[in-house]
Amino acid sequence: MATREATLTPRLRAERRHWGEDVIKGVLALCALVSVATTVGIVAALLQPSIEFFREVSIVDYFTGTDWSPLFTPSSFGVLPLIVGTLSVTFWACMVCMPFGLGAAIYLSEYAHPRVRRVLKPALEVLAGIPTVVFGFFALTFFTPFLQDLGVGVNIFNGLSAGLVMGVMLVPTVASISEDAMAAVPQDLRDGAYALGSSRLQVSTRIVVPAAISGIVASYVLAISRAIGETMIVLIAAGTIAHLTFDPRESVETMTAFIGATGIGDVPTGSIEYKTIFVVGLTLFTFTLVMNVIAIRLVRRFREVYE
Amino acid sequence: MSATPVNLRSSDRGARARGGLFQALLIFSVTIGFVLLAVLLVDVLRKGLPFVDGVLLTEPPSSLPDRAGARPAILGTIYMMGLVLLMTVPLGVGTALYLEEYADRERWYNRLLEINIQNLAAVPSIVYGILGLAFLVRGLGLGRVLLAAAMILTLLVLPIVIVTSREAIRAVPDSIRQGAYALGATKWQVIWRQVLPGAIPGIATGSILALARAIGETAPLLLVGALTYVAFDPTILGAFTALPIQIYQWIARPQEEFRLLAAAGIIVLLAILLTMNAFAIWLRNRYQKRW
Repeated sequence: MATREATLTPRLRAERRHWGEDVIKGVLALCALVSVATTVGIVAALLQPSIEFFREVSIVDYFTGTDWSPLFTPSSFGVLPLIVGTLSVTFWACMVCMPFGLGAAIYLSEYAHPRVRRVLKPALEVLAGIPTVVFGFFALTFFTPFLQDLGVGVNIFNGLSAGLVMGVMLVPTVASISEDAMAAVPQDLRDGAYALGSSRLQVSTRIVVPAAISGIVASYVLAISRAIGETMIVLIAAGTIAHLTFDPRESVETMTAFIGATGIGDVPTGSIEYKTIFVVGLTLFTFTLVMNVIAIRLVRRFREVYE
Repeated sequence: MSATPVNLRSSDRGARARGGLFQALLIFSVTIGFVLLAVLLVDVLRKGLPFVDGVLLTEPPSSLPDRAGARPAILGTIYMMGLVLLMTVPLGVGTALYLEEYADRERWYNRLLEINIQNLAAVPSIVYGILGLAFLVRGLGLGRVLLAAAMILTLLVLPIVIVTSREAIRAVPDSIRQGAYALGATKWQVIWRQVLPGAIPGIATGSILALARAIGETAPLLLVGALTYVAFDPTILGAFTALPIQIYQWIARPQEEFRLLAAAGIIVLLAILLTMNAFAIWLRNRYQKRW
């Protein structure tokens, strides 16, 4: 009797082990491993030649030197001109994308009719989808002459034009992430403020923006990361002559533009020029990695608070 | 005695003016992008449209602007996109399936995997070029070939395919999975016959958008050596060039005629992109399921 009852209880485990299922899980995990291998590969590719580079050039000279001329004799490997060039272009990009990106986000989240928002959001994405080589062309052949016509005494290659065009390109990045954060702010907070007689301006600036601040900061950090890493606009419009200047009207070379310009030529493997590609790449990667980790943390925070 | 209707508008005229000004600033913020886009399109069309002709599409590049075309570049881009599609879709969907259907979110390595993918999405594209230069071109000794470039672009757009595929897979409701399990299906049968068919429209849309991103990428290709003079049709294991690289090459030349040719190349590139985006939107609207 007892044995019969035991056999009647349904067994929910499969009769036999499905080995095929385990194989499939393994294959899928291998796919996932490709992206891990990519990161490991990037770090390995950058580190090894960089270590060799620092055997020949002192790390202090690299980070404090104010002259970057790796191809001249005597050569000089001070990276500061490239870093200043990068930060200068990034600064002008931020002057555009931060205020206008935030403005666009507030408009989409707080002012626009849902139907308008459904059209505007994807339309803004189109702007983010234009290849950067096209923006570079535009900055060099239209925007720089336009600035000259306005009386801004800019060089043919200059950081200002590249930075401003890049800034407009980054508006959708800032707007999209900030708007996500604002959409996550509970409607109760807004309704409470309206009930107390607040205007839409007050609700936007004193309730929604402070409540969504971690998402807004995340969008800013990500925009800075994108601006630092952008190559084609600066390579085409900002020039490839490294000199230490904060003047945006002059030609500046960024870290990315240097890597691009040097990588075009067929530099012999193992030469010091070849290694500069990697050491500047490592510097660039470190900058953007720090920014990205901060942005990822901040986005997670606003998701945790409201969602 | 009738009740006077309550006036809900603010009586403070200063506040109303500030509100109006603020709204005007916001609308300006939204439009600035579109203004730039419009100016850019008009400028490019004005400069390049006269040069979009049979010569551009069917002739190899030349040092004479009248005879220069982008045939090898266009073919190179088409081959590269084919290869990218073949590699990214299985890898991307596989990763997405692992993360959504198999991975235990509590494990540290799965969390690390997610952060890793988020970070990869924001790594500058030129760094991928360095990876390609170090490992594929020099390390593996592939040389400056089309396959190396396609592999680098695959890694570059992989995070986009992963993220969009995950969203599509997550959108398939759990009741469908449980229904299939109740009928005795194994995990893979559930995924293959229920989850994936439901997620295909989303995956396809995401893949096309990833491809649209890959097609315009220029910086990583500079490092894997697309910037060579190629006057012949490309092959997978041979020297090659691509449309955005050809455009860059023309921009970099000092003569004004080549700038106009660059504009013509941009028109072709943007036309391809527009077609792909329109197709993605159509696909999404046509096949997207509402559960």
